Formats: sequence, C-alpha cells, structure tokens
Amino acid sequence: MSAGWITILALALTTVLVRASGPLLVRGRPLPPQLAGVIDMLGPAVLTALIVVELLGGDGRIVVSAALAGVLAAGVVLLWRRNALLTAIVVAAAVTAGLRALG
Amino acid sequence: MRLRALTDHPSFRRGLRDGVPVAIAGVAVAVSFGVLARPVLGTAGAIVMSAIVFAGSAQFGSVAVLAAGGGPLAAIAAGILLNLRYVPMGVALAPSLRGGLGLQAIKAQAMVDYSWAAAMRGGGSFDVRYMVGLTVPMYIGWISGTAAGAFAGELLGDPEAIGLDAVFPAFFLALLMGTDAGRTLKATLAAGAAGLIALALIPVAPPGVPIIAACIAALIGFERRRPERPTDGRLDEVEAPAAAIREPG
Repeated sequence: MSAGWITILALALTTVLVRASGPLLVRGRPLPPQLAGVIDMLGPAVLTALIVVELLGGDGRIVVSAALAGVLAAGVVLLWRRNALLTAIVVAAAVTAGLRALG
Repeated sequence: MRLRALTDHPSFRRGLRDGVPVAIAGVAVAVSFGVLARPVLGTAGAIVMSAIVFAGSAQFGSVAVLAAGGGPLAAIAAGILLNLRYVPMGVALAPSLRGGLGLQAIKAQAMVDYSWAAAMRGGGSFDVRYMVGLTVPMYIGWISGTAAGAFAGELLGDPEAIGLDAVFPAFFLALLMGTDAGRTLKATLAAGAAGLIALALIPVAPPGVPIIAACIAALIGFERRRPERPTDGRLDEVEAPAAAIREPG
C-alpha cells in the first residue's frame, strides 16, 4: 500500500476516534458549571488559532504571504455584510491572486 | 423512527437550510484541497480522503507533509495533531448529546468546526440537531468540491497563483466573526490570546500543537462560583468603600 493510502486510512480511523472521544470521556456526567464560560470561549480561541496557523504557519516558521492581504480584505467584506460568506472567500482569493500577479 | 424524528425536527431543517450557503463556500475550500491533493494522493485518494476523513485542516496538513516529502507516519501525526482540538470541542459538546454512549459517539461524528461553533447556544450548551443539519450539506459539498478540484485541477493551474491558499483561512475568519470575538471583552481577549499563543509556537512546534496550546486561552472564560467563597466576601468589603468614595466625585 502506498504512503498516501496508509495516511488516508489511518487518518480516517483516528478522526472517528478523536470525534468520539468527547462523549466517551464525559460519559454522561454533567460538566462543572464553572466550565460553561470556558466552553463559550473555546470557539473564538480555536478559530483564531486555526486562522493564524493556516495563514502564517509554513514549515516551522512564520511566513507572511499575499494571502494575509487577501484574508484581511475578506474581513472588510464581512464587516460590511456579515452573511456575505461566499463573496468574502472570492475576494480573499482574488486579492491574493492579484497581488501575486503584480509580483 | 429515530432518524425520522431527527429529519422532521425544525432545528434539523433550519440547519439544512442555513448549511447550504456555507456548503457552497466550503466547495471552494474543497476544490482547493482537491487541486493540492491530486498530485500527492491521486484523484481517487483525494476524493476518498474527503469522504472518510472529512476534516479540512487535518487533510490539508497531512497532504502538505506528504507533498514536502515526509513519510506517512509524519503525515498521520500532523493530521492527528490538527484534529486534537476535537477532544476539548467534543467534551464541550458531550453534555448536550442525548442517548446512549454509542449513539452519542455517532452524533459527535457530525462535529466540524463550522457546525460546532454555529450550534453554540451559550452557557455551554449546543443545539445538536441544528449542528447535524448544518453538517449534511457541508459533507456533500466537501466531497463534490474535492472531486471537482481533483478532476479539473490541471485546468485551474497553480493553486497559489489563483489565491486558493487564502480560501481556507478566509472561511474561518467568517466563522470567527460570527462568534462573540469583537463583541464581548472576554471573547476578544480569548481570541487575541489564542492567536498570540499559536503565533509564538509556530516556529518551535509541529503543526497542530499551536492550535491545541491556544485552547488554553479559553480559560479566560472560567467563572468562580459566587457563593461560599470567603475571598469573595472580603473582595466585596474592599469594593464597597471604593464605590462610596467614587460616588460623590
């Protein structure tokens, strides 16, 4: 089996396990009420970290590319129209591509 | 019967409707994955991976490792690390899941970043039916987009030249802007701290670790219970005179 297929099958299996782990760890017990606020903050924290890593992380160093400007442009679109998800994504790609075309 | 009860539920149907525009945007992300993955995994591999892994960041991360010449073990490790955020996310979701443990574990498979965050109802609770409804069109879009990217990738040319690497983070930015970040002080601090932790760890830790470590920032939301804490009482005593002093001025 090729490296690609080994990766695909192993990741499929581990992803199912990781997604199942929450309910299997909690086992129906209620979480301490103090954690409700922590859970509410987990969304903003995880999403920001994902954006930072996807946008600026490259081979173990911080890489600033044209994509940063593209994503900032998407942010401006979203400030203007909260629900313009598709427009924001197209703008992000277009600004990034445009900057790269200009060199 | 149970499945019928789910698919007839208004929350599930609302999720389906709300999920369609998100899924269309997700198609753009999936196309970029298909384009990037085809030379590494082949057309079938890229599509099968989207169908049975269905986790964007782990797929992008592990394919990037393979594309850079890394072995399967390194690619799998990167994918697992990028998925580990589903552990705290799943713990957060668990009290909102009903049914036996097996059924809960199956429902948790519908957890993707977007639907999980959009199904948050505050106070630590989730609308699980809504989350599952959102995920259905996203799953269909994810596979179709990957197939389109894998088949037509060569026509699109260099994915970076057309800015496809900005698509995935822009998608998550939209999701972030739908949360309380920028609206409440705590959420803004949590997001800011998480971003700084992730940034600081990028140069020293393998992919995935910065994201898990950044979850620590969510502790900003920890609330001490008010009653029966002697220190709370003392703090109140200190605060009361201070307020009295401020008032006349």
